[in-house]
Amino acid sequence: MKQDIIIAGVGGQGILSIAFVLVNSAMLKGLNSKQSEVHGMSQRGGPVFAYVRISDETIYSDLIPTGEADMIIGLEAMESLRYAQFLKKGGNLIVDHHYILVNGYDKTTIDAAIEQYPRHIWVNARQIAHEVGNPLTANMVMMGASSPLLSIEETLLKDSIRTLFARKSEDIITMNLAAFDRGAELGKRFMDKAK
Amino acid sequence: MGISVNDRSASGGEILLGDEAVALAALHSSIGGSFAYPGTPATELNEYVFSMKKKFPAVYVEWSTNEKTAYEAALGMSYIGKRAIVSMKHVGLNVAADSFINSAITGVNGGLVVVVADDPGMHSSQNEQDTRYYIEFARVPGFEPSNQQEAYDMTVEAFLLSEELRLPVVIRLVTRLAHSRAKVITRGPLRYQPMPKIKDTVKWTLLPSNARIMFNKLLELQPKLLKYSNSTPFQMKSPDNGGSKKGVIVSGIGYNYCMENRDVINTVPVLKINVYPLPETLIKEFSRGLEDILIVEDGYPYIETRIKTIVCNGDLRIRGKLTGDLPASGELNPDIVRKALGGTLKESAFTPPMDTVLNRPPVFCEGCGHRDVFSVLDEIRKELPDLEAFSDIGCYTLSALKTPPSIDSCVCMGASVGMAKGAANGGLKYSVGVIGDSTFLHSGIPTLVKAAGDNTPVTFIILDNSTTGMTGGQELPISGNRFELFLEGLGIPKEHIRVIDPRRIHYDKNLRIIREELEYRGVSVIIARRECIQIIRKTHKKQKAVNL
Repeated sequence: MKQDIIIAGVGGQGILSIAFVLVNSAMLKGLNSKQSEVHGMSQRGGPVFAYVRISDETIYSDLIPTGEADMIIGLEAMESLRYAQFLKKGGNLIVDHHYILVNGYDKTTIDAAIEQYPRHIWVNARQIAHEVGNPLTANMVMMGASSPLLSIEETLLKDSIRTLFARKSEDIITMNLAAFDRGAELGKRFMDKAK
Repeated sequence: MGISVNDRSASGGEILLGDEAVALAALHSSIGGSFAYPGTPATELNEYVFSMKKKFPAVYVEWSTNEKTAYEAALGMSYIGKRAIVSMKHVGLNVAADSFINSAITGVNGGLVVVVADDPGMHSSQNEQDTRYYIEFARVPGFEPSNQQEAYDMTVEAFLLSEELRLPVVIRLVTRLAHSRAKVITRGPLRYQPMPKIKDTVKWTLLPSNARIMFNKLLELQPKLLKYSNSTPFQMKSPDNGGSKKGVIVSGIGYNYCMENRDVINTVPVLKINVYPLPETLIKEFSRGLEDILIVEDGYPYIETRIKTIVCNGDLRIRGKLTGDLPASGELNPDIVRKALGGTLKESAFTPPMDTVLNRPPVFCEGCGHRDVFSVLDEIRKELPDLEAFSDIGCYTLSALKTPPSIDSCVCMGASVGMAKGAANGGLKYSVGVIGDSTFLHSGIPTLVKAAGDNTPVTFIILDNSTTGMTGGQELPISGNRFELFLEGLGIPKEHIRVIDPRRIHYDKNLRIIREELEYRGVSVIIARRECIQIIRKTHKKQKAVNL
């Protein structure tokens, strides 16, 4: 069993929280994991990514090789394309339909590029997060949407979400779990269609 | 050795960054103190020690003024017999080099471990210098872990070795290990008896007559270092290869990229080097019978260069960064190494047109005072096209990415002050040094003292956001009006120490003040004081949590 996941977005979107949930759940399941992340200059509104590798064997490289990622979780449309070359055959591209603009950004071109890839899933994570009651939970919507594609049980992922927000109020935990559930519904529907 | 290892059964393990694994090992090794100046990718080491204050209340931890002061404080702690760790980014060792090199001559008392995080690929740095040259230069032992577990284990070992040899011991990390998490099995706190404090003036007072004695002692130790490096289980050789003519020598994280490609490596033997000085015997044994060795090392071609003095065999082909088999600059990754090993990359399932993916340069935060300082400076630059704005290292360096750029230079910590002074000495009329408060304290002060003494016609702008912002907001040694008091103490006239509030509503006033000071033909210092927005947010969050 091996799963390589790339989480891509812009500083401040909660990328490391998703990575934490993945790595913590892998540990709960007794699997090995490695998580490579970005600190420093690039955090000031620049592109941020995390690589998460999960396996029942020894994991060597902290970086994922070209053509080996099982999944890209994109919290921003253009950012989800930045690491496209890493996707392996049959890999999934799960993208928040959300744009953080820079000069020259063309939404239509970006959308078209994503839709070119047959195994893409659009998620209106921000919209759903808003409905759940807190736009900051968009990352957990994305976590939920990816969950049916992972070889880690939903209960473990939810336990890790509780651990992640352990110091926050019960309200915040409930909202994040709700966000996860709404995302998971979408993910399952995609899985059913893909079958 | 003043140590008794209390080998508790392994705990379940913790998920730790490479930086954190080193920090936890230091805490478990009963350090007396941890000293650092923040610098990516090393910052998280000392951050972790801060975060563990409650669990380890006896450990002294500080954000030092710069790497040299951090190093010397750690050396002082070692002098009285306690263990100390000092951590920095690679270029920080340039600042601490004087103390580092000479502490190898004096030697240490309590274990002293120096952690240096290199940044191949320059993710957050101005160069990719390789600390292994410093290890060789100082003639001290060095460790180069390849994963988080080794980072922990080697740090525990480094303290033991430091006390056995009475030398500082270096741990070289690279960004990819410093900032990657994995499970680490920890041993829990180890029992430790501090070394006794012994008066030894010859050892610690490097007058030439003493220094000659101590340098010879360091030279006499070298065979011991080599023996350790040749025999430690941290060096790893793959079992006999059955007559392969090819081999691979890897160091540190290079090992991971090779093993990621074990389908290509197959039965080719691998020698993994984790400890310096280079294990000459191991290398000789490994090379016997080989015709082709690929060297995979992150950083400079250090082993590739040195190996030729160890293995003198005309028939042996050494390949690596010097021969173009691996790129001479940048960070290694599994793809680059795969190609060098003779493999082909796996096919990408998705190759969208990459010209649709635009650069996303980092930007100033909303509510950052730097924005307002530079909007004023940009206006002045239109009026005074001859003005040169020498700048420095920090968030504000991002203003070089503007069109047109707001600043003209960024070389190394504190260089803005020196370059502005030198340009003024050379006759430049409007010479400006723009420097952050933390960088100013780090290494702007010595030049300013000279400029103040001579009353050089130069204008300094200190961007005072009351924190070290770029690295995540570490506390400054001093802040607030102590800056003004310090400047006054240097004899800079009060009327030329101007404190401004960099906000849009004060734009006209700030423009007037900077214009006035540029015309003054002596040293003037403008302090642009506005707290970092990230710190305001953090404090606000903390207060909210307290109020709940």
